[in-house]
Amino acid sequence: MEQFPRRLLTIVTETALERELLAEFDALGVRGYTITDARGKGGRGRRQSDWTQQGNVRIEIVCDPELAERIAARLRERYYEHYAMILFMQDVDVLRPEKF
Amino acid sequence: MPTLDPVIWFFVLGLLAGVARSDLRLPSAIYDFVSTLLLLAIGLKGGVELARDGGGLPLAELGGILLLGCAIPLPIFAVARGLGRLPRPDAAALAAHYGSVSVATYAVVIGYLTTRGIAFEGRAPVWVVLLEVPAIVAGILLARGLSGKVAWGRLLHELFLGRSIVLLLGGLAIGWAAGPEGSASIQPLFFDLFKGILALFLLEMGLIAAAQLPTLRRHGAFVVVFGLAAPPVLAVAGALLGLALGLSQGGITVLATLAASASYIAAPAALRTAVPEANPALSLTASLAVTFPFNIIVGIPLYARLAAALSG
Repeated sequence: MEQFPRRLLTIVTETALERELLAEFDALGVRGYTITDARGKGGRGRRQSDWTQQGNVRIEIVCDPELAERIAARLRERYYEHYAMILFMQDVDVLRPEKF
Repeated sequence: MPTLDPVIWFFVLGLLAGVARSDLRLPSAIYDFVSTLLLLAIGLKGGVELARDGGGLPLAELGGILLLGCAIPLPIFAVARGLGRLPRPDAAALAAHYGSVSVATYAVVIGYLTTRGIAFEGRAPVWVVLLEVPAIVAGILLARGLSGKVAWGRLLHELFLGRSIVLLLGGLAIGWAAGPEGSASIQPLFFDLFKGILALFLLEMGLIAAAQLPTLRRHGAFVVVFGLAAPPVLAVAGALLGLALGLSQGGITVLATLAASASYIAAPAALRTAVPEANPALSLTASLAVTFPFNIIVGIPLYARLAAALSG
């Protein structure tokens, strides 16, 4: 079965940012994403998911490397300074390249 | 010794459980459900009262309460800048939180008045709605200035269509349309169980407030002193406005409590995106860990006495 290389971009950030980020993704041409509620601890303290107000979300995007770079650059420029946010990338293989 | 309303003990229980690091946690779906019930019940109750008594919202009341919402942030901003030496964004955020209102505190004062058989205006939920937004806008303006870049369209959409406003106004409309007889069928869930729902809600609020306590130490004495001193002063302002508007004794208590309360949902969410450089923990800690407990345990009985003295 043929496999196609893509990048998996994972962002963990404040729930308060979710809506704004989704608008950013649409503007950047992201075709799909998966969001899950998350909790954890980081440089800006511990975050619980039981109260949505202070929770975290984990957003996963599978896309081509060029778009992944653009998203990362955009988030770093606009959000890193003032928000709790981490972002990392991995190589993944997909079966249906037209979806991503 | 005046006995504490049992619902307040649920808050204390949550607070103690949180401080003691108990594994007690309510799933977020439960919190959402309970707060939805509470907001709808508050709206419905007001709507039914409105249908019973008739009458709308006097124009002077609309203007006066909107003005109160816009005015409260100004002295708070000045105090936070001057006495607290807070950076401008933090002072503006604090002003927005304290100018806006807490529906949880409102629910407690409604419970307090209902238990004691003190009547208040049916349109009181409208005051909550009127007070929620202006201060947040004022706070953002204080942080950004008039020329600052803020995505107002999206922000105002989020503020006015936030779930608390939609549920309060929606409940009010349904209660008003159904009237006292029509709403009899939903009476058991929304009215009879109100105190029980409030108790569960306050249990969760106690846990949430406890989670804020560790950050108290980081923000120093100003947050504690401010969180305790601001509510009584603001309550006097609210009570005097209520008196000037000719509200009932219960109405004056409600307006004083609303003025004294600080937002912990709408304001943090709006400020987080509009003024990202403000430290979100500072205002939230003052509002949740200091002012909210103060208001529901000590403040409301005080404000009720103030209202009785003013209208007596």
